[in-house]
Amino acid sequence: MSYKFNLETFNNLIGEISKNYDIYAPMRCVGSGRFSDTDLIRYGQIKNASDIVPDVKSNFSPKEIIFPINETLFYFTEDDYREPKSSTRKILIFLRACDIQGFERLDQIFLNNSDNEDFYYKRIRERVSFALLECRESFDNCFCASMGCNTADDYSFALRFTDKNVLLEMKDSNFDKYFDGYSNDCNFKPEQIATNSETLNVPDLAETDINVLYDEKFWEEYKSRCIGCGRCNTTCITCNCHSTCDIFYDDNCNVGERTRTWSSCQVDGFTDMAGGMSFRKDYGARMRYKVLHKILDFKKRFGTHMCVGCGRCDDNCPEYISYLNCLKKLDKLQEK
Amino acid sequence: MCENPMRPEPCLISKIIKETDIEWTFRIKIKEKPLPGQFYMVSLPRIGEMPISISSIEEGFIEMTIRNVGKVSDKVHHLQEGSQIFLRGPYGNGFDMTKFRDKHLVIAAGGSGVSPVKPIIEYFYKNPDQIKNVDLLFGYKEPNAVLFKPEIDSWKNKFNTIVTVDKGDDNWKGNVGLITKFVDKINVPKVQDLEVVIVGPPIMMKFTALEFMKMGIDEEQITVSYERRMSCGIGKCGHCRIGQYYVCADGPIFSYKASKELID
Repeated sequence: MSYKFNLETFNNLIGEISKNYDIYAPMRCVGSGRFSDTDLIRYGQIKNASDIVPDVKSNFSPKEIIFPINETLFYFTEDDYREPKSSTRKILIFLRACDIQGFERLDQIFLNNSDNEDFYYKRIRERVSFALLECRESFDNCFCASMGCNTADDYSFALRFTDKNVLLEMKDSNFDKYFDGYSNDCNFKPEQIATNSETLNVPDLAETDINVLYDEKFWEEYKSRCIGCGRCNTTCITCNCHSTCDIFYDDNCNVGERTRTWSSCQVDGFTDMAGGMSFRKDYGARMRYKVLHKILDFKKRFGTHMCVGCGRCDDNCPEYISYLNCLKKLDKLQEK
Repeated sequence: MCENPMRPEPCLISKIIKETDIEWTFRIKIKEKPLPGQFYMVSLPRIGEMPISISSIEEGFIEMTIRNVGKVSDKVHHLQEGSQIFLRGPYGNGFDMTKFRDKHLVIAAGGSGVSPVKPIIEYFYKNPDQIKNVDLLFGYKEPNAVLFKPEIDSWKNKFNTIVTVDKGDDNWKGNVGLITKFVDKINVPKVQDLEVVIVGPPIMMKFTALEFMKMGIDEEQITVSYERRMSCGIGKCGHCRIGQYYVCADGPIFSYKASKELID
């Protein structure tokens, strides 16, 4: 079924849905951009349909909605400890195909890797539905089509925003009640881009000798270029690394929390062990570790590439390191 | 709602054995029986968590030998018998004990690497009929760092045991030198029967394995144990990943052959 709404009707529908759902979408944070007088596009909870920014690529991915930057695992009191209570409200996220596929990658890690499911991720994830924002044009640095992530299946409904209307394809009967009484025959199907301005032959490195790959000279370039800030990891939809940290409160040291916070394989200290041992001390080795996870190691384990081609790492690197170019170099290496 | 694997259980410390100045063994009451080579995430609320391997597995308790080198281990060293400590686990694959059955087992361990292999030794000490022969080769930095002295003395009754220190002192009458120097002192009647376990710092494991390879044994006959930083122990936090493998979930025990793919 598909619908055509004018903006006012769509806004009313968002109002109705938000009675039962917390709705997240890319929003404009005015003046918070990387350079002066620029805006930051970041996911947040919307109140009105007009809060949704459908035509600009978000700087940050939506992963923080399900996997928060900081999360309390336990509250410790003097003789007890307990998990924080979780909301029971349902969640609807407006996002693009690459990010839906990105969540599928996160599901693999948090729900399927090892015999244990992640309690905290799962209790949010199972309340989440997706609304697909159609991408008919490529943004800068996107190469989703090359990664096979320009389309996605796991969504409740898909939308196209035009100047005056919103076109909507409905797939999930759970949302039918909100759309009862509206004409549902507008024949809208999302048209996802088939090629990006950036294209890539995805390197197939499965058979490449790991020692040749690791010793490749081009990793050296990143030794001096990368500054280990971890922006590529924090903006990536699929990066899942985190560290746990215990804290106690200043006013009562018997009370505190165990928290987890996003971490990054590029930053100093990521591999540090008590006693002084650490691994991958130079940034070139860290770049190699990250890139090969995205394009080789994850696929060996789960059968799909981790990278979804959203290009946010390239959008956000303060040193203008191009991960995409690195993949192109790897492709050339494989051709040798 | 699913059970929370990150939730630790309070456990009682029933005994503390001071092995060296900085390495103490904590006997912890516990119901389940983990496998040799597995580990627990040990924590103190408001301080933090750390992965610790098991140095002894008995009915009703385990032991963990903890070196005082970090934030959490320092606080643990302030605990007393009767104190509570928090555990979750056991995690990791553990040693495949069936692989060693009726074989000539050689265990080469360096420093605190002796801890995770101790349950294997204790098992075959109690069940000598399940093994053809056991050789033990332990390397420590210095005489003061020798762990498990009383146990080693008793193991000597049944197993050929070589202890060496990197640097001796005036009172040390034993062997001096790196572990690799003593590999050829082990009598190997039949190379095909050998099973070798090597646990210690990465550089020690690498060069000790190479010494054993000189005997002409297959890479599959060597087992190693890895150590990495871990935050979760259940394959989520990413700290211990090497290539496609997670040391916490796929390891920490790997065959030497598999470990050659584990390049950091």
